[in-house]
Amino acid sequence: MTSDITIKTLRLSKAYGHFKAVDQISFEVYAGEIFGFLGANGAGKTTAMRMLCGLLEPSSGEASVAGFDVYRRPEAIKKRIGYMSQKFSLYEDLTILENIRFFGGIYGLTYAQIREKGKLLTAELGLEAQAHSLVGSLPLGWKQKLAFSVAVLHDPKIVFLDEPTGGVDPITRRQFWDLIYAAAARGVTIFVTTHYMDEAEYCDRVSIMVDGRMVAMNSPEQLKLQYKAGSMEEVFYQLARKAQRSD
Amino acid sequence: MKIILFLLEKEFKQIFRNKALLPMLLGVPLIQLIILPLAADYEIKNINVAFVDHDRTTYSHRLVEKIKATGYFKMTGYSTTYREADRLIELDRADLVLEIPSQFENTLIREGKGHLFLAVNAINGTKASVGASYLSRIIADFNADIRFQQQQESSKTRRGRIAIQTSNWYNPHMDYKYFMVPGILAFLVTMIGGYMSALNIVKEKEIGTIEQINVSPISKHHFIIGKLIPFWLISMVVFSIGQFIVSRYLYHIIPVGNIFLLYLFLAIYLVAILGFGLLVSTYTDTQQQAMSVAFFFVMIFLLMSGLFTSVDSMPPWARAFAYLNPVTYFIEVMRGVVLKGSTFNDFQGHLVKMVGFALALNTWAWFNYRKTS
Repeated sequence: MTSDITIKTLRLSKAYGHFKAVDQISFEVYAGEIFGFLGANGAGKTTAMRMLCGLLEPSSGEASVAGFDVYRRPEAIKKRIGYMSQKFSLYEDLTILENIRFFGGIYGLTYAQIREKGKLLTAELGLEAQAHSLVGSLPLGWKQKLAFSVAVLHDPKIVFLDEPTGGVDPITRRQFWDLIYAAAARGVTIFVTTHYMDEAEYCDRVSIMVDGRMVAMNSPEQLKLQYKAGSMEEVFYQLARKAQRSD
Repeated sequence: MKIILFLLEKEFKQIFRNKALLPMLLGVPLIQLIILPLAADYEIKNINVAFVDHDRTTYSHRLVEKIKATGYFKMTGYSTTYREADRLIELDRADLVLEIPSQFENTLIREGKGHLFLAVNAINGTKASVGASYLSRIIADFNADIRFQQQQESSKTRRGRIAIQTSNWYNPHMDYKYFMVPGILAFLVTMIGGYMSALNIVKEKEIGTIEQINVSPISKHHFIIGKLIPFWLISMVVFSIGQFIVSRYLYHIIPVGNIFLLYLFLAIYLVAILGFGLLVSTYTDTQQQAMSVAFFFVMIFLLMSGLFTSVDSMPPWARAFAYLNPVTYFIEVMRGVVLKGSTFNDFQGHLVKMVGFALALNTWAWFNYRKTS
């Protein structure tokens, strides 16, 4: 792991009226690490992530992603990141290859690159037989794996994953994490939110958000020591139980 | 440029794959074009008229026969008391009541004048006013006939007589279909273009795919152009089928003017209308909202475009609205080119305004579409 900083925030906030969805969070993410972003529903994880992706303008504070400021250069950030939203957002009425072609195309890949990526991805996911079937007909687990592969299609520096394994069976979750490890091994920084505490154990470092604030950030081992807990699950319970708001 | 090709490829695949969309886009407007002009006919027929004839003489019979013979009127009552006819109006079985007084023939011959009473059921305003004016014309004609006859019988006095001969230019037979079909076609294209572009983009918001677009480095104008071109082409196709198949073979309307001029205007007009749809989509989040907002404006566009009622006879405030409505201009161009053979010189001002609408609506939409919210 190198110590290059790819994401840096300083008192980053997002307020809707009096409601502080994200309340002055400051953290750094290093290049090539798997950074887990934990928190209960409504803790502000998605809002924070959307600000970092250039989808949402922060109310105050600073943030830079891949060396670009989120206020001034959101489009420059977008070239260098991949994003997989909580809601499945590939086109269900297009086939696997057509989705790859379209998203490859709008990220500026050449036709040759797209063809090559298409072959590579379908082989990697074991979806060669389904390459020409509509994405809408795939089971959820496969859709999620495909969405991840499309998010890293253009070899981004950082990939943001918003609850990528929600509703997915344990075996597919394991396979999904294999994909994440493979991408991390290629040097891609992974920024992932999750509810599954076993997944938190897979991360290099995790942060825990409660009520819009970041209450803990360290490696899973350190956190367990610090809170004298046997598992990340216990750490999470100790912290998240203090939450005031719920959805 | 290449990015637009990828966008177009994706849009067309989705459009052709959607089993309901294409038949709806092509079929619905054409069916409407076949049905609507038949109904949207200002020529009033089957006006129910009840006669109250207190006179019952040759003259009164001749008048009644003359009215019936025109074919516009249907006699639903012939009575000798007004009360009976009044009842027919109440029952909505008569639109007009013509009362012929007793001694009608006598006074007409002896004194050279006669009075008739016409009662109009004005609930259906158009039918009543048109019916009353038809009837007045027939009576005037009847009047002229009698005078002419009397003059011949006793050619002592030769009084001058003014006859008016009307000729309907550009539509000699005053066939309302010639007038309505181009207008309705213009309007159908407006509806297709406006709704389609609004709904399509909002649908991407609804299913969440827009998020994946917004997080990519794609530029706003590429995305907008990629969305507009498919609907622009489909609207062109709908228009062409309406013009060259339905109008031509069903209504036998062959444009008098230059068809390329029509297409020049159509091309720019569609950009304006698609821009309107786009603008609606930037302000709404669900297809339901987009549909309601688009419907609201399309209704106003429709009623204030001069399609059914003349813009010139609107009150000043409404006229101001009508001239802020791109549909007004396109309907004028359609009718001008198709019926009158208007040339480019006649519509230079319209061209400038249409380009203005196209630029304004699309620029507004471009500004209001935010990849970063």
